[in-house]
Amino acid sequence: MTALLEVSKLRAGYGAVRVLRGIDFSVAEGEAVVILGANGAGKTTTLRAISGMIDAAGGIVFDGQPILGRRTEQIAAAGIAHVPQGRGTIVDLTVDENLRIGAYLRRGQEIETDLERWYTTFPRLADRRDQQAGSMSGGEQQMLAIARALMSRPKLLLLDEPSLGLAPLVTQELFRTLGELNRNDGVSMLVVEQNAGLALNIAARGYVLTTGTIVTSGTAAELSGNDDVRRAYLGI
Amino acid sequence: MSLFLTQVMNGIGSGAVYASLALALVLVYRTTGILNFAQGEMALYSTYLVWYFAERGVPVWLAILLSMTISFIGGALIERILIRPVENSSPLVLVIVTIGLFLAINSIAQVQFGNDIKLLPRAYADKTWLPGNVQISSDTLVLVGVLIAECAVLYLVLNRTKIGLAFRAVASNFESSRLVGVPVGRMLMLGWAMAAAIGALAGSLVIAPVGLQGASMQEILVYAFAAAALGGFDSPLGAVVGGLIVGVVGTLTTQYFHAVHDIELVVPFGLILVVLLVKPSGLFGTTRVERV
Repeated sequence: MTALLEVSKLRAGYGAVRVLRGIDFSVAEGEAVVILGANGAGKTTTLRAISGMIDAAGGIVFDGQPILGRRTEQIAAAGIAHVPQGRGTIVDLTVDENLRIGAYLRRGQEIETDLERWYTTFPRLADRRDQQAGSMSGGEQQMLAIARALMSRPKLLLLDEPSLGLAPLVTQELFRTLGELNRNDGVSMLVVEQNAGLALNIAARGYVLTTGTIVTSGTAAELSGNDDVRRAYLGI
Repeated sequence: MSLFLTQVMNGIGSGAVYASLALALVLVYRTTGILNFAQGEMALYSTYLVWYFAERGVPVWLAILLSMTISFIGGALIERILIRPVENSSPLVLVIVTIGLFLAINSIAQVQFGNDIKLLPRAYADKTWLPGNVQISSDTLVLVGVLIAECAVLYLVLNRTKIGLAFRAVASNFESSRLVGVPVGRMLMLGWAMAAAIGALAGSLVIAPVGLQGASMQEILVYAFAAAALGGFDSPLGAVVGGLIVGVVGTLTTQYFHAVHDIELVVPFGLILVVLLVKPSGLFGTTRVERV
């Protein structure tokens, strides 16, 4: 399998604070990969480095093209859709407008077809088409942020702690949807999470990030069986 | 009664100008979060351009269109060249930059065009109608008509086009907009560009009847700021309503308290003080409803 995303020796930080100390990982086409890590391990920094939102060094190759150093807009145009932490819905726009702005880089009639498709997948968004995004519940906004990312027909979906701040039942529903998107629609995704149990359920492979370094990696089954991972992230 | 109504109509006329310039302030504020103290001087320079073209025989409406086009481009360039490098600085730095811009444009205009009063050719006939003893001048009608046209164009661009959607997205959340591929920088330029073009139009129309000189736009800018503060700095509707209120109240004050010089400033500003004490975000400003 050739890698869709190949990250090597990635270093990044904020000013003098070094967060990532040279990490390597990859995501194959059609694969769901999870990066586990505690608060402050560097999960968000990893995704922000991929999207060109912070300065980074090392190598990031996406779809055969080096993307490190490109602007965020260009990286989005290359086919990476990033659902930021805290959802990042555009609160002053309606649900429908949020989805349409997701398709900003596309044109043509297929946009309407896709809109209806994601409204079918996320029926609660369809009920709230003309409502301001900011007035919806946290779970609904997370669904909206994911649907908006899908409107760009991304080759790779980056999800930054999608479970953050959501009730357990809502989180379960969310991950079920993510699993279906990966299995049925073939959406490749890279998920960073603290909630290891649910994330490992939908992922094929995973990495464990501790203070800016990848300490363990393996298939989801291997990680679920790993004693350190179980102690640190599964609470068993 | 007819005197009162006549003054209300005059007030609506000047209010329409304040509203236009307040709209320009709101466009800049919504996108870049900057209070542009140079907005009035930008309009002043644009109006000098109208005079410059008209002097050389260009029909006045065409001169206004030319000036609006140049201002549109100039506004975009000012954002790109002067504002972008300090975009993420503290609000204090931004205030200083726009005040510097204010002084610079004013000086350039005076060096380039001199300080004598320039008379602009009228773009339309000077007429007065008297329906039911209320005087309505063509100035009022044109200014109000232009304001309505501006609002209609802005509404259509912002709410019915893809670029308008992107513009509103950037105004609300520029990071998420960037993540879906919206060229954020170009949208900020567009905000400044539209503001400069609106200012050019407002300036050329308001100056025509009284003549143009270096300080022409300063008092108008103060009223425009008052209008935007009253309506809410992030609300186009607020800018329009605020402008009309400031215009009407100011005119009525002059009519009924004409004994004291500059008294017309007191009442509208007193009104604003009261509104802002009760509702700090302005009449139409958003206090965001947001669930997390």
